[in-house]
Amino acid sequence: MFKWLHPLAKPETLYHFCGKLSPWLMASALFTLLLGNIWGLGFTPTDYQQGDSYRIIHIHVPSAIMSMGAYLAMAIAAFTALVWQIKTAQWAVLAIAPIGAVYTAIALLTGMAWGKPMWGAWWVWDARLTSELILLFLYFGVMALHGAFSDRQTGAKVASLLAVIGSINLPIIHFSVEWWNTLHQGATITKFAKPSIDPSMLWPLLISLLAFKLLMLWLTCVRLRTAILENEQHRPWVKQLVGKV
Amino acid sequence: MVSFVVFLQRELTLLARQKSDWLNPVLFFIIVLTLFPLGVGPEPNMLRIMAPGIVWIAALLSVLLAAERLFKDDYRNGVIEQLVASQQALMPFVLAKISGNWLSTGLPLVLLSPLVALLFNMESASLTAMALTLLLGTPVLSLLSVLGAAITVSADKGGILLALLILPLYIPLLIFASAAIEAASIGLGYQGQLAILLAIMLFALALVPMAVCSALKINVS
Repeated sequence: MFKWLHPLAKPETLYHFCGKLSPWLMASALFTLLLGNIWGLGFTPTDYQQGDSYRIIHIHVPSAIMSMGAYLAMAIAAFTALVWQIKTAQWAVLAIAPIGAVYTAIALLTGMAWGKPMWGAWWVWDARLTSELILLFLYFGVMALHGAFSDRQTGAKVASLLAVIGSINLPIIHFSVEWWNTLHQGATITKFAKPSIDPSMLWPLLISLLAFKLLMLWLTCVRLRTAILENEQHRPWVKQLVGKV
Repeated sequence: MVSFVVFLQRELTLLARQKSDWLNPVLFFIIVLTLFPLGVGPEPNMLRIMAPGIVWIAALLSVLLAAERLFKDDYRNGVIEQLVASQQALMPFVLAKISGNWLSTGLPLVLLSPLVALLFNMESASLTAMALTLLLGTPVLSLLSVLGAAITVSADKGGILLALLILPLYIPLLIFASAAIEAASIGLGYQGQLAILLAIMLFALALVPMAVCSALKINVS
């Protein structure tokens, strides 16, 4: 696998690899997003307790899961960048950060919109809500830290270091609903147990989850390509590429 | 070990000569505490309930205030660069920084806690719990603020950024510390929360110095 991965550390190869990947990712992301959301929001049966407002889970749950998934991906990229000193991995960290921040914000906002009719309050200081809010601040911290250095290289490295340090928060968010007995319900879908959700609602949810994941990959590819061009603009291959277009 | 002692002596000498570095955060701690009764009203029962949270937030802010200047002078006059270049002395230097920071900002807060308990009419059980949580928690505050200072040492606009980076990491500490004091105030055992605080402290003590070293290396390279 390392033999296969190693050439991708070179910016030029990675640029073309992402370029080949992104149309496929775009098509599949948009298809699954439309399918999952139309199915989930329009055609699943109504919940006997929550009525129609439960449908927001088709956006809330995937974005919440992927807000953590994006952080994990960012932390892994950051670790790679720090340990093996790979520049492209640093750019990947900065490419993922805003996407993850937007997912976190979507998860928080949809959760608030659901919480108002269900819990009777827009915001509750519950363990999971609070830790998700911290996750948002961590994303902001990574982005702000990168912007605070006049030297780009140092900024990217330091932001990677912070991303690795902040990954300590991931298990806290994930297990918050089990460690503290709070208002937010426990996990509905687990790998090992039978899910506590009806299959007719589960399938569109899983499709939406896949869609959010593909969307993140696609956006990361696009942002990473831009970052590569920006950072390598003085290189001959970029000049040749830009001249050709 | 010898170099650790040397660096610690240097830290303490510096602190003894620049008294404002450690006196100002302590004064800041007391001033923030006096603001709360003025802000939320002097009702004694409410203050007694809110006291643990108030004390902890004041402690977080005052430690943060002291953090900003931690590495600035050493960075400007080239000490850190020399230490990074020498390859050996960096870890003892970092450990001495952390110890010096705790002795100058963390320990005074622990010693002040009986006075605070008096001001906020806390019962003796809550006072013991508060002192214990501060004793276990302030080393973590010092560790994390040294980490934040190391990360932002060469940044152009360090101060606010430091707060933005480090405050989120303080939150688990705040949760368990206030849970311990709350349990103590209603007469329950709080050994569990103390054990978690101790675990957080040991965990941070094991990992943070390494992260500080690598942050300093990145900042001078």
